[in-house]
Amino acid sequence: MLGSLVGHMRIATLISLAFLPAAPALAQVDLTGTWARSGQSDNVESVEPVDLLGMPLNANGRAKALSYDIAALSATERQCQMYPPFYTVSGPFSLTISAVQEPVTQKLLAWKIAAWGDRDETMIWMDGRPHPSKYAPHPHGGFTTGTWQGDTLTSVTTHFKLGDIKRHRGFSSDQATFTMRFNRHGDLLTVTGILEDPVYLAEPYVLTEVFRLTTNPNGFPSTACEPIEELPRLHEDPTLAPAYLPGKHPALNEVTEKYNIPLEAVLGGPETMYPEYRKKLKDAYVPPAPVRAAAGPGNQ
Amino acid sequence: MSRAKSTVVLVAGAIALSFGLRVNAQPNPNRAATPPRAPRAAAPIDLTGYWVSIVTQDWRWRMVTPANGDYPRLPLTPEARDLASAWDPAKDEAAGEQCRSYGAPALMSVPGRLHITWQDDRTLKVEVDAGTQTRTLSFGDGNAPADQPRTWQGVSVAQWQTPRPNVPLLLRPAERTADAPAVTPTGGSLRVVTTNLRAGYLRKNGVPYSENAVMTEHWDVYKRANGEEYLTITTQIDDPQYLRTPRLVAPVFKKEPNGAKWDPTPCSARW
Repeated sequence: MLGSLVGHMRIATLISLAFLPAAPALAQVDLTGTWARSGQSDNVESVEPVDLLGMPLNANGRAKALSYDIAALSATERQCQMYPPFYTVSGPFSLTISAVQEPVTQKLLAWKIAAWGDRDETMIWMDGRPHPSKYAPHPHGGFTTGTWQGDTLTSVTTHFKLGDIKRHRGFSSDQATFTMRFNRHGDLLTVTGILEDPVYLAEPYVLTEVFRLTTNPNGFPSTACEPIEELPRLHEDPTLAPAYLPGKHPALNEVTEKYNIPLEAVLGGPETMYPEYRKKLKDAYVPPAPVRAAAGPGNQ
Repeated sequence: MSRAKSTVVLVAGAIALSFGLRVNAQPNPNRAATPPRAPRAAAPIDLTGYWVSIVTQDWRWRMVTPANGDYPRLPLTPEARDLASAWDPAKDEAAGEQCRSYGAPALMSVPGRLHITWQDDRTLKVEVDAGTQTRTLSFGDGNAPADQPRTWQGVSVAQWQTPRPNVPLLLRPAERTADAPAVTPTGGSLRVVTTNLRAGYLRKNGVPYSENAVMTEHWDVYKRANGEEYLTITTQIDDPQYLRTPRLVAPVFKKEPNGAKWDPTPCSARW
């Protein structure tokens, strides 16, 4: 009799599960899928090497940016260097997000943003684990935890390595913190990224990017990085460290010469990202001569 | 009780159990029906106050007037490119159309400040100091009123989007309190659809949008533990005449404590 009752209960439980609302225990919305970048802002722009427009750099951040020679990336030990997590919003790639579930309970443990090209994967831990000690190792992808606020996922990343934050212009240090807000609206996903860095930034650096859910992502060949000899002079002289001395960057005036934008604005700083800065520009700026649209960078 | 009957009873009971929360959440017929709250009272987020643009993106096309023909990353049709290349601010000034780059599809990307207030219980008023423009976001049934003249700011219909309750999955009965209020999810966002626009410019240098453009926005706020508040406006502009694919941007604003920096300026065709 007891065995029969247990059997009936099993059937009843299975049938009732089919009627249960499909509400995940922790997630409010589903973020899984591949999200194609809209790419309609200049987040990924990398034409002029000294273009710090709108970046809230402090004096250290500006000095670091102006000392950077992209040839440094050709040094053997740097060729496989990845970008910091801020590249999620400033890089050219789509986002592939998957849910990592606890194998027995199926509870959501983490959202995983897959690595792509020169960005490491980001595991957004949702199980309440604390961030490690400040002395813990700093991987390229850092350490990230997430929480839901309504339908919005907020993630906080710490423990990532120093790296350039906008395509070879401007750096974040290994003491930076990166917060992301994930707002899903139908098939659109907006990521608001807030980078804070006591070493190189005077104020938070905020960028947004809009992604669209896609079933046909642009397949990027995500192969393993293998260091090769890119610049013979670096191998002939291993002591060579490509960099520019203060005031010696050869492209310092390139944006000013092409677009008539004053050098003071080109070098960034927190005041340059607020509307009132336009008053400083008004009398100093003359629009450049008309350009042939097809020749402009990124014109579509 | 036969085996078949007992199975039916158990299955029915289990199904009733699985619906338990929703059954409990049904309105009590003995209670007087309460009218739905007005949008102002039902607001899941507070948008009111002063907000300042943070221009960290597209600086070169927003903070200064770019050169004629400089419009990268915009998915323009050939017709739109031709129009943009023919941009002549003097003509706009002569026609009294200095506000062409301050229409709703461009306005939130123009560096400036917003002052958001409730005009009444069903209307949010968004004043913008750049170009001294005002948008009114009216909560309604989703349809724009017909036969209104086209304007720079068009007709904006607003709707709160609130998270659905996250119903816990209970496999065993739990004690319940009769008429206990349901767990209310926090947060939400504002969806705004704008139509009935007067044709204007997406950018100061004459990149056009047509009067048939439709703009869909999602306004999301983020209040941080340190007191900072950010507003992100995800914006999609559909305009098949001038855009090959929808325009997608998300301008960001930061909340300010007061209007001390509020600085209304007139529209300008050149700056």
